[in-house]
Amino acid sequence: MFPAAFEYQAPATLADAVALLKQHGDDAKVMAGGQSLIPLLKLRFARPELVVDIGRLPAMSSIKRDDGHVAIGALVRHVDVERSKDLEAWLPMMIEASHWIADPLVRNRGTLVGSICHADPSGDWGSVMLALGAELVAHSQAGERVIPIDGFFQGPFTTTLRADEVATGIRIPMPKGPSGGAYLKLERKVGDFASAAVAVHVEMDGNKIAKAGIGLTAVGATNIKATAAEKALVGHEPTDELIAEAARLAAQAAEPKGDIRGSAEYKKDVVRVFVQRGLHTALGRAKEGRA
Amino acid sequence: MKVSMKVNGAERGGEIEARVLLVDFLRSNLRLTGTHIGCDTTSCGACTVLIDGEPVKSCTVLAAQADGRSITTVEGLMEGGALSAIQNGFHQEHGLQCGFCTPGMMLVGTALLARNPDPTEEQIRWAISGNICRCTGYMNIVKAIQHAAKARADAQKESPATSAAVAGGE
Repeated sequence: MFPAAFEYQAPATLADAVALLKQHGDDAKVMAGGQSLIPLLKLRFARPELVVDIGRLPAMSSIKRDDGHVAIGALVRHVDVERSKDLEAWLPMMIEASHWIADPLVRNRGTLVGSICHADPSGDWGSVMLALGAELVAHSQAGERVIPIDGFFQGPFTTTLRADEVATGIRIPMPKGPSGGAYLKLERKVGDFASAAVAVHVEMDGNKIAKAGIGLTAVGATNIKATAAEKALVGHEPTDELIAEAARLAAQAAEPKGDIRGSAEYKKDVVRVFVQRGLHTALGRAKEGRA
Repeated sequence: MKVSMKVNGAERGGEIEARVLLVDFLRSNLRLTGTHIGCDTTSCGACTVLIDGEPVKSCTVLAAQADGRSITTVEGLMEGGALSAIQNGFHQEHGLQCGFCTPGMMLVGTALLARNPDPTEEQIRWAISGNICRCTGYMNIVKAIQHAAKARADAQKESPATSAAVAGGE
């Protein structure tokens, strides 16, 4: 299969990249690793006039801490997350999630930020970023814009990123107290999209939950932030009853469709069970003092 | 547009349309047909090649993205006219039936042993999890990679100086 013909530019500077986007607007598509865009081009679901390959832009391949955040550049690949000793220390839930992304060969090319911008409701990183309260950093000729991930996903493959903007990185707040997370995914085989998956993150203040983040994968038109479940947890000491109630609320937030991977009812129940298990795991990890 | 890349150690180039996929550039322009096209949808791994030593699915890479990079295809695995440790492992352990997935499996195995010379069975199974074989049930493929790992380790023990040649392709 061949993509429809397009013009290709691989700008050497961010200024050149945003100038191209300003000029071409909706007729251009930004490509990082290409693991989502190239399949769309081949199937001709996407037919841009111009592909702007940002793969050769400098200084976007790092994972570093600054100013209370972990900053991940737009060219950081899934495999870079998977092998990052820093992330293992700072946000180990991301390592757990990275193993579930596609397969090892796709992980060698695809990027975290690219996956977020692709906004597939079955994408794993969207839920992880919702649970962690991340912010996307975008650049255009007008300058930098920081976009909270909550609200970024508008619908399947649709975000609030503007046509003249390129996402240059993502910022994740460093947990303040003892914290823990978990990513649980049900998939039929390696490389398949999730039947359902959940990301769970908690931060503790003494015996009480100070912050809770829950993101749901493949059970709606976007990755879903289970806000009611998060609210039910915050300010309370975790008990089995509280966790069960939060899991029930998270399942209520899911809006899955029945398909070959399972009925809608089944997927909702997977969400409930996974959130319950994930919270127990995350709280256990927070107790152990795992970051 | 013009592209040029190092393919199996030799500088190769061509004048192509931007939409040409790396797998088609290798097969049609360079006539390196050892890289196969299976599913053509990023699922099967028959088109696996190494870019700068890392296995990728060349049906999901534009040739333009590989400009200036170093590519290894199955045609580049031989070392000084002899089978590499991985190739020999597939030969000894009968790691194939129809052979369609074999180039991809061998390239993934080569990259795995370059990073991790002594992988566990589980690590081997995870490494080949993006490559589909419809004949063998994977058992002999796993054995082939284990065979290669052992051969490399034995060669290293006997003669550390020549181990680089046995390791190859790195």
